[in-house]
Amino acid sequence: MKSKTKLNQTSFLLLITIVLFFAMYMIGCILFKDQGFAKTQNFLNLFISNAGLIVIGVGMTVVMITGGIDISVGSFVAMGCMMLAWMMEKGGVGAVPAVLIVLATGIVFGLVQGFLVAYMDIQPFIVTLAGMFFARGMTAIISKDMISITNVTFMAWAKAKVYLPFGGRLNKKGVMIYPYIYPTVIIALLILIAVFIMLKYTKFGRSIYAVGGNEQSALMLGLNVRKVKLKAYILDGFLCGVGSILFCLNTLGGFVEQAKGFEMDAIASSVIGGTLLTGGVGNVIGTLFGVLIKATIEAFITFQGTLSSWWTRITIAALLCFFIVLQSVLAMIKKKK
Amino acid sequence: MKNESLKNITSQRLFLPVFCLALVLLVNIVTTPNFFAIEVRDGMLYGYIIDIINRASELVILAVGMTLVVSSSAGTDISVGAIMAVSAAVCCNILTGGERAATVYASPLILGFIAAIIVGILIGCFNGFLVAKLNIQPMVATLIMFTAGRGIAQLITDGQITYVRVDSYRTLGASIPGIPVPTPFIVAVIVVAATALLLKKTALGMYIQSVGINKKSSSLMGIKAIMIIFLTYAYCGFCSGLSGLIASSRIYSADANNIGLNMELDAILAVAIGGNSLGGGKFSIAGSVIGAYTIQALTTTLYAMHVSSDQVPVYKAVVVVIIVALQSPGFARWRKSLAQKKVKEAA
Repeated sequence: MKSKTKLNQTSFLLLITIVLFFAMYMIGCILFKDQGFAKTQNFLNLFISNAGLIVIGVGMTVVMITGGIDISVGSFVAMGCMMLAWMMEKGGVGAVPAVLIVLATGIVFGLVQGFLVAYMDIQPFIVTLAGMFFARGMTAIISKDMISITNVTFMAWAKAKVYLPFGGRLNKKGVMIYPYIYPTVIIALLILIAVFIMLKYTKFGRSIYAVGGNEQSALMLGLNVRKVKLKAYILDGFLCGVGSILFCLNTLGGFVEQAKGFEMDAIASSVIGGTLLTGGVGNVIGTLFGVLIKATIEAFITFQGTLSSWWTRITIAALLCFFIVLQSVLAMIKKKK
Repeated sequence: MKNESLKNITSQRLFLPVFCLALVLLVNIVTTPNFFAIEVRDGMLYGYIIDIINRASELVILAVGMTLVVSSSAGTDISVGAIMAVSAAVCCNILTGGERAATVYASPLILGFIAAIIVGILIGCFNGFLVAKLNIQPMVATLIMFTAGRGIAQLITDGQITYVRVDSYRTLGASIPGIPVPTPFIVAVIVVAATALLLKKTALGMYIQSVGINKKSSSLMGIKAIMIIFLTYAYCGFCSGLSGLIASSRIYSADANNIGLNMELDAILAVAIGGNSLGGGKFSIAGSVIGAYTIQALTTTLYAMHVSSDQVPVYKAVVVVIIVALQSPGFARWRKSLAQKKVKEAA
């Protein structure tokens, strides 16, 4: 009998991602010790600035496990932020209804895209490409000018700090300062855990893997492949809605060019986290670490100070290259066995 | 007999793309009466139609490369826009001799062009190596260059826009004196014709299709599948490099952030609208070219109707969904079941 603790290919990739993240963080701590890289707050900032990306990355992972892709997420975030800003500032809608409307829009968006992919058999890339154009154009139709949010309730949500009861350090005046996070981080992590459990233990979660692994055999096993795909896109749409709200709580405004290239960040995070674009393989925990790796690279560049911003993209691409080649080599070794 | 059936197939395949293009153009008869007017100013042709033909050139060239990539590897090359930016950056940087603006060439024009195209081919080879040799999903493999490309272009131009303010540099993107047709259109025609000739006169076109339909059995038949896929990516890199030059010549500068922005999406759309399956296999260059002109016609039509540039995507998305849905297997199934119902009712 095979020992259960033996690492399979997927957990090996996940392990590498996690080890790499901690290694990078350690290097950062050593290199930028004087600037406070090692502070607990700095670690938490990785989560704070990327709460939206975590949620959207999770949605992307779910869709990618079914063998699809969603490149409309960046534009949707722009549209979601713009909708929130416009409704609260120009439309006189309260913060709660505005948030609910954005969530509903996300679900409808997912429903339409899911229908076109699952029931019309159009390639996910083309469908979500159209979705991307649509959402970005809609943002411009709502308003061409930037709208900043001043709504009192929304600002209160955005500014509500949650202090952690541990990890505090004394400042220069001798006052104990505890590290803090925003509620957005808690929401993001709760969603991550919920989706993790859903993928691992529920019937729906397992059918997502089955459909992505082999559509034909899933069909033969009696799974309603189209329905599973549709549901996956609806879930993804909902998570996009949540993600855009979290993103907006961080940026507090809406403008047309917002979150450009966000979809590629989400895809790159998923791929670095071990999700295969061919479907059937993937893990949301990996996606979280993918996001954190991207955040660490950005933190590196901020702390270093002299490097230009484009080094972020080049480094991420190099990492992507490393992981992708590793995945393919592992797959080849497995095949030879 | 064989010839006839072949003709039948091509006419069917191209029917929908042509129909779509005609529909887009027809809308203009109602909305913009002077749409089809062409006038001659200073020995150059002007008009909306000329504008479409001119502006679509980069897209046409990209669509040709993309068609081959889609056909051979059943995947898309999403790095073409980024390659355009890199090749423009390389060319301008060589011509200015590393300065950010120049009014005289630091090196011969031809050197800049050749270097830019070689860089395009090299990036294409890198993509091809990952896809063909390492068996990586095309979209994932080209995601690397997509992410890095603009970063590399910024690295080359030091994050600034590099200007080449020499009149002869603008020839490629504008016009050659004495010829009334815009240069980009001529280049596009040459690329399309050369590619079509190459595929028709040699067995290359058939090899690409057969690799796309079944890689394994093609290999067993003695076709070097890996080499074919590699070559299509390299060729796509060449096409991207060339379009990058045209785009750069139009604005006589290299703008790392904006040259070829979202072009990869338009190129893939052109292939899809042209009736080519994104699942690989059979392809039609003519379809993709028509697809490219349809996209540009749509954009120009919207501009003629005074839609602002950042709102254009909404209408584009709606039209694209309709066009693609009409060609989708789901719609065909629905139509079939509807027809069966009718037959049953009649009986």
